[in-house]
Amino acid sequence: MSSDIYVAVEQRDGEIARVSLELIGEAKRLASELGQKAYAMLLGDNIKGKAKELIEYGADGVIFVEDPMLAEYATEPYAKAVSAVINECSPEIVLFGATSIGRDLAPRVAARVGTGLTADCTRLDLDFSNYVEYASKNTNLDTSALAPGDADAGLMQTRPAFGGNIMATILCKTRPQMASVRPGVMKMAERDAARVGEIREMNVGFSPEDMNVAIKEVVRETHKTTDIADAKCLVSGGRGIGGPEFFGKLKELAELLGGDFSSSRANVDAGWAPKDRQVGQTGKTVRPELYLACGISGAIQHVAGMEGSDFIIAINKNEDAAIFEVADLGIVGDVRAIVPKLIEAVAKYKAKAEGIMKGDTDAIQDF
Amino acid sequence: MKIVVCIKQVPDTSEVKLDSKTGRLMREGVPSIINPDDKSGIEAALRIKEETGGSVAVVSMGPPQADFALREALAMGCDEAYLITAKEFAGSDTFATAKILAGALGKIGFDLIITGRQAIDGDTAQVGPQIAENLNIPQVSYVEDIEVNGCALTVKRQFEDRYHILEVKTPCLLTALSELAPPRYMHVRGTVEAYEKEVQTLGFEDLAGTFDPSCIGLAGSPTSVYKSFGKKPKGAGEMHKNLSADEAVSLIISKMAERHII
Repeated sequence: MSSDIYVAVEQRDGEIARVSLELIGEAKRLASELGQKAYAMLLGDNIKGKAKELIEYGADGVIFVEDPMLAEYATEPYAKAVSAVINECSPEIVLFGATSIGRDLAPRVAARVGTGLTADCTRLDLDFSNYVEYASKNTNLDTSALAPGDADAGLMQTRPAFGGNIMATILCKTRPQMASVRPGVMKMAERDAARVGEIREMNVGFSPEDMNVAIKEVVRETHKTTDIADAKCLVSGGRGIGGPEFFGKLKELAELLGGDFSSSRANVDAGWAPKDRQVGQTGKTVRPELYLACGISGAIQHVAGMEGSDFIIAINKNEDAAIFEVADLGIVGDVRAIVPKLIEAVAKYKAKAEGIMKGDTDAIQDF
Repeated sequence: MKIVVCIKQVPDTSEVKLDSKTGRLMREGVPSIINPDDKSGIEAALRIKEETGGSVAVVSMGPPQADFALREALAMGCDEAYLITAKEFAGSDTFATAKILAGALGKIGFDLIITGRQAIDGDTAQVGPQIAENLNIPQVSYVEDIEVNGCALTVKRQFEDRYHILEVKTPCLLTALSELAPPRYMHVRGTVEAYEKEVQTLGFEDLAGTFDPSCIGLAGSPTSVYKSFGKKPKGAGEMHKNLSADEAVSLIISKMAERHII
C-alpha cells in the first residue's frame, strides 16, 4: 500500500534549490489533505547537514543518500538512488522540480519503477472541490459536466500544453503518481526553526559502473546565476523597445525598483537579451509583485509565464496588443518616450520618500 | 557509427490561435513541422557522419502523415527512414511511446541515438530518457555540443547555472537542444531523392516481441488526459489610450505608490 508524498530535492554545490523548498511546501499541503506525511529525498556528497533546513521548510522527515558520485548531478547514480528510495518506501506521490536536472532524472526513474509521469505541472489537486473551484473560476471547463465519481481520481495534475495554448489535467493509474513542477508556481512555506523530524540515511549500494559518464569539467557560469523567478519586480522588454541598447534603460529602472529586467522570447532569439532572462512557456514562469511589460505584444506563450504576477502594467504602442488583456494598468504609448521619464520620476519619488524618513521638512512639504 | 535520430511531426504551436469565444484551439491551416529540437538533432547527426563516416537513420512514431516529416529528413541527407505506425500504438503516453520506440530501435540497431530535448506540442522532455532506460543505455540530456573520438563522445551538457563536459561511450542516447546545430535546408537533389528513397513502415506485427503489448497504447499508458481546457481571460484592468508621456508616468507612479511598490 503506497502512502506519503516524497520530494526529490535538488542541490547544486550543496545549496538546496529554491524549487525544492517550494515543492516541500506543496507536499506538506497535499500530505495534510491525505492525512499522510511529506518526506524529502536528499542526495549528494556530504549533504546530511542540509536535512534540518528541509524539515524547517515543512518536511516531516528526510531520507538522505550520500556518495562522492552524487556530488555533481549525473543521471545514473541519481536515478539509482531515487528508484531505491521509491522501491523501499512505496510513496503515493513523488515530486521533482521541472529543471534541467529534474526533467532528466524524473523520466528515467518513472520508466525504471514502471509508473506514469506528468511534466511541468503548474497546479496539483487532491481535493476535488478545490479543483472544481479553480476550474470554474479560471478556465472555460464546463464543471457542471464533471462526474461525481471523478472525486476519487487521485492526484489531478494540471499543466500547460501546446505551447501554453491550452491546459490539461492528467491522471495516473499507477503508483507512485509522479510529477515535475515548474519552479516559481508553488508557494514555499514559512521557515520554522523549531520544527523537528526524522532524518535517516539510506544505503543504496553503489558500484563504480553506476558512473556511466565521466564528468571531465564543470564550468559554472556566474552571469547565469541571476534568477528572474526570484525578483520581486520585473521590468520586461519586448520588440517594441526598438533595440538591444534600450535594455540598459530597463535595467536602470529595474534597479531603482529593487528588481531585475527580463525579456520576451523574440528579444532572446534576436540576441538582444540572454536566454536566462526569458519569460514564458519556453523560458521561466515568474510571479513578481510588479511586472512591467514594455513593448511586449503578449503572445500566449509569454502570458503563460507571467500572468500570475500580482500587478501587471503594460506599455505598448499598439492598442490591440494581447498584453492589454492581462494588464491591470494598460498604457497605449511609446515605451521609448515613457521609460526614461519614468526612471526620473521613480528616482525623484524615492529621493523624496527617503528625505521624509530622514525628517527633511522640505521634502515633506513637497510630497 | 550508426546514428538513429528520433523525430516527431508537430503542429507549429507558434501558429496556433485560440478562438476567444469558445476557448478552443483553431488548428485549421496550422502547418506541421519537424519538431525544432529534433531537427537540430538531425543536423548534428549529419555533421558527425560528414566528419567521421557511418550512417544516419531517422525514425518517427505517428500517424501515416508523419511520412512527410521523414521525407524532409531524407532530403536533408539522412540515409534511411522508418515510420512506426499502428492503430495499437494510438493514445500512447510518454511511458508507452518509449516502450515502442525502444523496441523499434533495438530492431533497427544503433550506436548512437539522438532525440530532441522536447517536442513543442507536449513539452514533456520525457521520451528520450525513457527510451534510454528501456534500452539500458546511458543518456545525456540538454546537449549543446558533440565531439566524436572513436567510440567515445565528448558532449557539452547544459544546466541553468553551469555546463558539464562529459565523456560517454556508445551505445548511448543524447537529447539535443535546438542550439546544438542550426539545421541546413533541404537541397533540390535531396528533395528529389527523398521521394525515390523508401520510408520503411514498422507496424505492430513487425515489432512483436520487442515490448510487452500490455504496456502500450491508450490501455497500456499509466497516464491519461482527464480534461483539457482554455484559460479564462483575466478581467482586463484599466486602459488609457490618450495620455501624454508625462501623464502616463504620473499615473504609473501613483499606482506603484498605492501598491507600496515604491
